[in-house]
Formats: sequence, structure tokens, C-alpha cells
Amino acid sequence: MARTFTPKVVTGNALIEGDVIYQTADDGWTRDLAEAELLTDEAHANLRLLIAEGQPEEIVGAYLADAVASDDGPEPTHFREDFRRTGPSNYFHGKQAELS
Amino acid sequence: MYNYSEFDAAFVAERNRQFRHQVERRVSGALTEDEFKPLRLMNGLYLQLHAYMLRVAIPYGTLNSRQMRQLALIAEKFDKGYGHFTTRQNIQYNWPTLKDVPDMLDALAEVDMHAIQTSGNTIRNVTADHFAGAAADEVADPRPVAELIRQWSTDHPEFQFLPRKFKVAVTGSENDRAVIKAHDIGLQIVEKDGEIGYCVVVGGGLGRTPMIGKVINDFVSQADLLPYLEAVVSVWNLLGRRDNKYKARIKITVHEHGIDDIRARVEERFNAIKPSFTGVDLVLFNDIKAAFAPPAFRADSAAIYETAYKTDPIFRSWADTNLAAHRAPGYAIVQISLKAHGETPGDATSEQMRVMADLAEAYGHDELRISHEQNVILPHVHKSDLPALHAELKKHGLATANIGLISDIIACPGMDYCALATARSIPVAQQIATRFDELKLEHEVGDLKIKISGCINACGHHHVGHIGILGLDRAGVENYQITLGGNHTADARVGDRTGPGFAYDEIIPAIERIVYAYLDLRTDAEEQFLDTYARVGMEPFKAALYEKAEAYAAE
Repeated sequence: MARTFTPKVVTGNALIEGDVIYQTADDGWTRDLAEAELLTDEAHANLRLLIAEGQPEEIVGAYLADAVASDDGPEPTHFREDFRRTGPSNYFHGKQAELS
Repeated sequence: MYNYSEFDAAFVAERNRQFRHQVERRVSGALTEDEFKPLRLMNGLYLQLHAYMLRVAIPYGTLNSRQMRQLALIAEKFDKGYGHFTTRQNIQYNWPTLKDVPDMLDALAEVDMHAIQTSGNTIRNVTADHFAGAAADEVADPRPVAELIRQWSTDHPEFQFLPRKFKVAVTGSENDRAVIKAHDIGLQIVEKDGEIGYCVVVGGGLGRTPMIGKVINDFVSQADLLPYLEAVVSVWNLLGRRDNKYKARIKITVHEHGIDDIRARVEERFNAIKPSFTGVDLVLFNDIKAAFAPPAFRADSAAIYETAYKTDPIFRSWADTNLAAHRAPGYAIVQISLKAHGETPGDATSEQMRVMADLAEAYGHDELRISHEQNVILPHVHKSDLPALHAELKKHGLATANIGLISDIIACPGMDYCALATARSIPVAQQIATRFDELKLEHEVGDLKIKISGCINACGHHHVGHIGILGLDRAGVENYQITLGGNHTADARVGDRTGPGFAYDEIIPAIERIVYAYLDLRTDAEEQFLDTYARVGMEPFKAALYEKAEAYAAE
């Protein structure tokens, strides 16, 4: 039986700053997961990843990360992605500081 | 202390110039990430979870005040005002941007420092006993030979594309404080018939497959040392499993071939290459040794110290835990704890770095050391200066009296920073320290080393912790395995796994149950955790850990 495709976002790190970025529906990049494009179709997701990989001047290490839809946009399903969109737990640094 | 020669300075400057251009070419699109990655790794630049991370080598953990101040300046100017000291005596900056890194490397070069070979499949920063040159129990200062090895291994043409990374540690004392048996090569300086030489241990390492190193040669003379080391690395360079990165380290090569086979191959290789070593290394070694001549120790009364010790209980508590025996009369080795309860193990702010630099300059013959236990050492302080030094440390959150105690935890960055991590380490360390501080138990518990790694690679040395904690991802949830009875000293031993792991919110109570079980089981306050564990074994601890948890759950 074919496995079901779970929704994804395209993510990776920005080339210059190194921080976490997400692909948006208008082919741009955002620092905020809530603004990312949630990809629910596997073929479309793979195409979006290819587009990201074709932008080495923007993004390093692009990959598809699991996410789920919520009223506030995509949400992470794994704790690693939750840390990536938030920042470290020992200091108020990273996204939690920059986006607040 | 060693100062760069013209050759060293020119080499580092040229590397920095090359790296600046490599960054420019990456940004312009002339280099792909696949092309750029090995170049940045050769210069210590990682891309982590939230940002780039620059790992700066602190050779054999030794710094002077000028270098420490420069590390503080770099933290302030290019990072978020702090640095993280690691289990390999390095410092890591967690938040640099790519465009700033060339300037950071130039700033390091101004004080004879660099980030070369702090990553990649090369010979990494050589580590050493953090009491080097000061310890009462040492045969000889391990830093000169560590510097010799640094020079030999830096940009060594044969060893730039090794099967995997390669780590060397040196101790000058029988009481190993450099964890030499958990390194690819561990060297212990020994004396035989009046001659100084080296006991060479190979094939140690933690990580996925922990191994305690084995003695390959119990006495290598100074004249034979570099050709012997070259022979070891050379034999492994050919035999090492390049087909499988999990089997590539020398510990697996030694395990698969057997130490006798490796010894024979090393001997053969040694005999072949020895004639090419003309003795220039010995001349160089003597120059290096001269640079590490001990400072002029002064002969003063320690009466001020004795008075403070008798009258000030806070000073006494700090002196009891944070001082170690110095070889010069009237002197002490000061260990500055970077483990204030609830803080991140190994982190120091720019301000704290400057305070430590000032204190080293004022009271410590301008020397500082970073320990693999993620603390800072002032190796040479006269006892009469200790009360003033302690008073200054207190003002800056640097006077925590907990060296060797339960809150003096080694913790890797874990999933708060590291891209490889499978769980967090830092908050677990913070909570353990805070909890036992609340219980006011840590002085009663005594010598107890907790070491935490956030993944199987074991940067937090969990295998050799008296209590080791390994954070894993179990079905999308953080889960922590516990090992007991590990030992990082000359009697190195890999700890035993207790059984199933614990969830993030269960791990602190679990550690508490182990500690209470120890307090119940020990014969008296003199019997340390490791001795109790050796005497009673795993079962009573297992019972406390799992049966009591069930009993609590049933209530």
C-alpha cells in the first residue's frame, strides 16, 4: 500500500545569516513558519523543493519538513522543527526574539 | 607560552585570505554549497540549527589574557555577547553571519589564534590536562609536546583527507585529567630510567561505539614520537573504513584488526619513515619547551589566605571545592566554575571573559586554561591573592563552589543549537543543577560527575560520566537513557545502561532517585558514588530507578 503523503513546508537556512527560512507561495522566503506555503500534494512539494534547490544564493540545505495546517498557518509536527521556528530554550535568542 | 613564529603567522594569514575569497565566491554564486562546505569546515565553520557556528581552537586549552579579551571582543562585536567553551577545550560562537566570519578569523589571527582543523576529517585541536605546568603530580608539562603535535598535524599533507576526524589528547600526569583513553591517540608522559617518554594509547573513543583505548607502546622516546605518531595515523589512513562513516574511526580499525596486528603494522611503517625525520623536530621541541618555562613563582606568606579560610565560610566552601594542589609552595590552581546553578554549562559572557582575563593578568601570571569539563582555570595563583580574587569572581557570577559536584555538569549544546542532536541537553543540565541546589544536597553527595549528550555522538562524554545521560528521539519525543558507573580518569570505563529511558519531564526525578539511592547505599560519607556502584552493582540502583517510579505512579 502506498504511504500517505503528510503535508510539508520547504525549509532550510539562509545563506548569509544562517537562520531558518521557509518558502512562501509567491516564490519568496520568510523567517516565520506561519507565512510558509503548506504543501499537501507530493508531486507539487517535490517541485517546490527543486525550485528551492535552484536558489543556492538564498538557501542552504533545503528540505521538506512535516507540518500541519492550523488557523495560524503551518505548525510543526516534530519538536526539532518546533525548536527551529522558535530558537534555543536556554536564552531568548533567535526567532522568538526576532519575530516578537 | 608559545607565540606564533613568522611562519605560523604567515600561514594563518594566508589561510584567512583564502577563506575570505572562498566566502566571496560562495556569496557570488561561483561556488556551490557542495564545493564550499568542505572549505568552511576546514576553517571551523558549521551551519547549525538556527545559525552558523564558528568553532575556534584553543590549543591544549591554553590562553593568555590578551587572547581571552579578544574572544570577549569577538563575542560582543560579531555574536550575542557570549561564547560557549566545549569539551574539546575550544570556544564556539553560536550566532555569526557568513559575511562576518572572515573578519572574525582576522581578529583571531591578531592574537595568534585560528579555527583551522576544528572540523572535518583531519587531526583536530590537540587537548591536554588543564592543570598542565601547575599540577603537583605531573611528570612533565604536556603543553610543549601538544604544541609540537599541533605544528606537525596542521596542514599535514598526508592527513588532510583522513577516513574520519582524529583526536589527540596528552596528559603529563598519571592521574589522567585529559580523558586520554577516550581519544584516537592518548599520550601519557612517563619517565623510565631517568628518560622522559610517552605511553601511547590508541583506539579510544566515545560516540556510537564507545571504546576504551589500548596501549600500543608503553614507551616511545622523544626522538621517536613524531615518526611513531605519523606511523599510527598513516596505518589507519590506509586501513580505515572509508566505506562506512560509522566504522571509520581508528577505534573500529583497532577493534577489527586487533591491537597486535596494528602494533606490528605501525612498527613496520615507523621503521620505514623514521630515517626521514632528521632531528629537526627535536630542535623545534627544545625551542617550544623554552617558551613554556614556568613563571617566576614568588615566595610570600599565605597568612591572608589562612585567615580568610578560617573566618569566611563562603570563601572556605569555594576553596574546598574549587582549588587544586599546585606544585609550587604557597600556590594554588583555581578552577572558575562556568556552571552557576541554572546557567548554561560552559557559557561565559564577554564581561565574564574580561573579568577572568583581568584576574589572570593581576593574580595568575597571565595564564588561563579551558578544561574539557567546560570550566576556566587560573593555573598559578598565590594563595595570598585568593581572597581578593574570590571577591572579584563573586561580583560577576563566577564564584560558584561546585567543581566536581553534581551541578558541575558537562553538557553538549544538544538540540538547542546542534543540527545533529536528537534531544536537548542544556535544559536538563540546568534543571538538575537547580534542583540539587534547592535540595541543598550537592556537598553532601560529594564527587559525582554527570555528563549529558544530546545524541549518540557523545560530545557530552556521557559514557564516562558517573551518571551519563543520553538524549534520543523516540518516535518523535525526547527520551533520555541513563548509564551508571562510567569513569573518565586513568581507570576509564564505559558506564552501564540502566534500562528503558525517561521522558523529558521524567529525567530530573529519575536522577534524584539515583542520588537518593546512593545516599542510602553508601557505607559512609567517604564512600564516593563510583565506589558504591562498584560495590553494590546495578541492581539496587535499577530498583530505585524503576520500581520506585512505579510505586510513585500507583499512589
